[in-house]
Amino acid sequence: MAVSDAIATRWSRALVFAERRLPALTRLRKKEALPIRLDRRRIYVVPSRFGLLFSLILIVMLLGALNYNNNPAILLTCLLGAASYQSIFQSFRTINGVQLVAIQAPPCHAGGAMPLFLHFHMDTKWRRSLRLRVGDDETVFDLRPGDSGKITIEIPATRRGWQSPGRIKLYSEYPFGLFHVWSWLNPDFSALVYPRLDENAPALPLDSTQAHAQPVRGRGDELAMLREYRPSDPVRSIAWKASARHDALLVKEFEQFRGREILLSFAALRGLDYEARIARLARWVCMAESAQVRYALELPQRRMESGLGAEHRHACLRELALMPGAVA
Amino acid sequence: MKKRGAIVLTQAQFALTAASVAVAVMPHLPHVPWLFSIPITLMLLGRYLQRLRTRARLPIWIKLPLILAFPALIVVHYGNIFGREPGSVLACAMLTLKLLETETRRDAHMAIAFSAFVLMSALLFDSGLLFTLALLAALGLLLAALRELEPRPADAKAQTVRAAAFEGLRASGFALFAAVPLALCVFFFFPRLGSPMWGAPTDSSAHTGLSDRMAPGSVQELLIDDSPAFRVAFHGPAPPRQNLYWRGPVLSYFDGTTWSRPEYRPSRAGAGDLRTSGGTISYQITLEPSDQRWLLALDMPMTTPENSVRGIDMTLVRQTPVDTLTQYEATSATRYTLDADLEERARGRMLELPKDVNPRARELAVGWRQRFGDDDRVIRAALGLFHEKFFYTLNAPELAPRDTVDDFLFETQRGFCEHYASAFTFLMRAAGIPARVVTGYQGGYYNDVGDYWVVRQSDAHAWSEVWLSGRGWVRMDPTAAVSPQRVDLGAHAAAGASAPWYQADWLLGMRNQFDLVNRMWNNVIVQFNALRQQSLLTPFGVDNADFGKLMGVLVACSTGLLALFAWWVLRSPRRNADALDAAYERLRTKLAKAGVASADSDGPLTLAARVRQRQPSDTSLAQVFGDYVRLRYARAVPADHEIKHFAQAVASLRLITVSRAK
Repeated sequence: MAVSDAIATRWSRALVFAERRLPALTRLRKKEALPIRLDRRRIYVVPSRFGLLFSLILIVMLLGALNYNNNPAILLTCLLGAASYQSIFQSFRTINGVQLVAIQAPPCHAGGAMPLFLHFHMDTKWRRSLRLRVGDDETVFDLRPGDSGKITIEIPATRRGWQSPGRIKLYSEYPFGLFHVWSWLNPDFSALVYPRLDENAPALPLDSTQAHAQPVRGRGDELAMLREYRPSDPVRSIAWKASARHDALLVKEFEQFRGREILLSFAALRGLDYEARIARLARWVCMAESAQVRYALELPQRRMESGLGAEHRHACLRELALMPGAVA
Repeated sequence: MKKRGAIVLTQAQFALTAASVAVAVMPHLPHVPWLFSIPITLMLLGRYLQRLRTRARLPIWIKLPLILAFPALIVVHYGNIFGREPGSVLACAMLTLKLLETETRRDAHMAIAFSAFVLMSALLFDSGLLFTLALLAALGLLLAALRELEPRPADAKAQTVRAAAFEGLRASGFALFAAVPLALCVFFFFPRLGSPMWGAPTDSSAHTGLSDRMAPGSVQELLIDDSPAFRVAFHGPAPPRQNLYWRGPVLSYFDGTTWSRPEYRPSRAGAGDLRTSGGTISYQITLEPSDQRWLLALDMPMTTPENSVRGIDMTLVRQTPVDTLTQYEATSATRYTLDADLEERARGRMLELPKDVNPRARELAVGWRQRFGDDDRVIRAALGLFHEKFFYTLNAPELAPRDTVDDFLFETQRGFCEHYASAFTFLMRAAGIPARVVTGYQGGYYNDVGDYWVVRQSDAHAWSEVWLSGRGWVRMDPTAAVSPQRVDLGAHAAAGASAPWYQADWLLGMRNQFDLVNRMWNNVIVQFNALRQQSLLTPFGVDNADFGKLMGVLVACSTGLLALFAWWVLRSPRRNADALDAAYERLRTKLAKAGVASADSDGPLTLAARVRQRQPSDTSLAQVFGDYVRLRYARAVPADHEIKHFAQAVASLRLITVSRAK
């Protein structure tokens, strides 16, 4: 397996090289606007590996039958050969006319998976065993009249900012697995990838707020939730009794945080490198949102006034995602 | 999302793969010895049942001994691992073993591809019409299994095995049906081999041709072998078919069960005393390799080909076995007197019979001699006996090991040429008439295009010669007395009408109908060969289609067929699938006819505005456009009855052509 993996890596590298240097030859398609309709000018067909093996067997069968001059055996071989060869047309028809109409991608965080909702146009043809391939991941789907035509795939979200799905291979080996029919989808589409979330972020910097704690109406010290202890948590907030019942230290978070307002400042996070600061801030935005603490975000270029809610969260994460890359 | 390669088969996928393997192995079972067929069947069943419970491969410590045991057993049983029979048994065993370890998609692919090969090889044992049709249908199952192996969406409902098989068979049936034209085109035009590419294509026992011994059943294998024995081109008109007796080894020694040819010493090997009284016939024979030393000749050969001698019994014997295609010229006499005088010692040898065998036959012959006296009347009595009571069949019952002639004459009374020749010669000798068995071929198939005769192994025949004083050796064909068709139509045709239950009237009619189909099958498909292929293009003015011409036709025909399919695939897509859009398209077409053209890029509102501009008075059109916009854009899925209503409104519109309105 190691050898074949190495060969596969070499091959994909060679392909990348060839596509860069010889675009005309490799038919590398530029990004194109939706909808993308696959037709014969952009559908490619080669025999699959099994197809090659199968044709080898057919040749052996034909030679054997010819040698024995056994006509029924020759007829059987011819029929099987013709049926398998003609499956090329069925394979082609499976892909021919597939139309990618729209793509949706909900925002996601870098380091995770980006779900892509692909909408295909439905016509009267039942297309079976279509496969979408991104990297090593493969999704099988049917386009069946009467279905929604909405396919979900996931691509790895590598880094924050605008990310396009890149080239997606749409292929099929239906009906008999003998021919590999494929085409490339390279839609002009990009989705926003929020920054990576800092896994080990400390609790929200409540102390460093410009905290003009707003009066909380009615329920001051109500316990909101228990969460795991992080090194920077104040000792007094540890829920000792609850912790005794669990293996981990648990920390009380109080309702009283609500209504407070905190400032998440890029400049304040000294000691961390550029991307780590962004990851930390992104985490804090999410934490503040779930703790329902109003937060403002201060970045080198601009400042987001304090707010709360999905829109504010999105605006903040978007700003973080689109921050320029670190200056080398 | 999953990695390729190690995808474990679902139950339906495995079931169809196993069915493909079973269907490929099954046609072999009739010719596979019990020693192999029982374990193979058990392995197939066992594996299927095991897989229903657990998804596991067979452990190596069971698999490895099996893999080694089968070839070893085959070598022990057949003494060889190559050749048709041991090879096919090995293939069946290995295919079954492959199923034992089939767990992934790749395994299943291999197993199905190999099944196709095993299925094909079954046809080397039987090429009957029904058998072939059954195997062609079995291809459908293989393709259905391949189709089932294509991955399904993760959220697809799991199908039952039966549903999967049914759906797959329907799809692959269509695929096979659509493949028939291309398959026939390739079948007829793919250049055939004149001779096999590698040696000994069939088992040695099946192709040896005539031997110098004849025991009951020894010719039987020849009679079902359709390969050509030799071809003949006559220099001049050919004799009628029923007179074509091709002389091979003459068997004059009988040991009680077997007739054989005594080894003549070279000094005796001189010619018999042959006097011709009539025309002679000269011809050229092309003899297929037989690994025997006999050269075949019509009736009485008058010349001796190179490297051969003519025995006293008029048999042409070559010095070395015929192991390649051999061609020779010969001249024969069809009206002749051979050995007008038979010297006493020779006469004695031709009357020799072992003592104490076949007492009843002996008694019968002696009785005839006493009753009739005359040689001619004894002969007629014998032929009359065969004619009245005996049946010609290729499926002759086995005879008792000792008194074979008695058993045949008085018990079984069914058989083919060798039984009759043997019994007749025995009776003659017992009655005191010198007689001997002649083996060879009878008849042949005339190829009117190539103007030659092809004589096949299945034309093998055995007859008798009796010596009558003054007339010398006279040919007697007792088989013709039983079944004249044997001489007129050949062994197969004669055997068809033999078994008594076949002769029920209602069956006979059906059998005749079916026999016609069978004969067409035999003529068009089974007997098709390089020679017939050469004459395939004669109707189109090409006399001798060689490799290049055949390839040309093959490429042209298949390209045409494939172009047809390509057109089918690439033809313009069908009408709009969406009923609402289709109705709107009709509306646009109507407007265009009425003089309001619209581009694809024009939206309905633009078009409506344009219409209003031209025909401000027409409110029904505005209404229709309003309906369309509401249906199309106001909600995701418009209701069916509303679409219908809209379509009707479009259909009932009567538009006044703009120019006329002006």
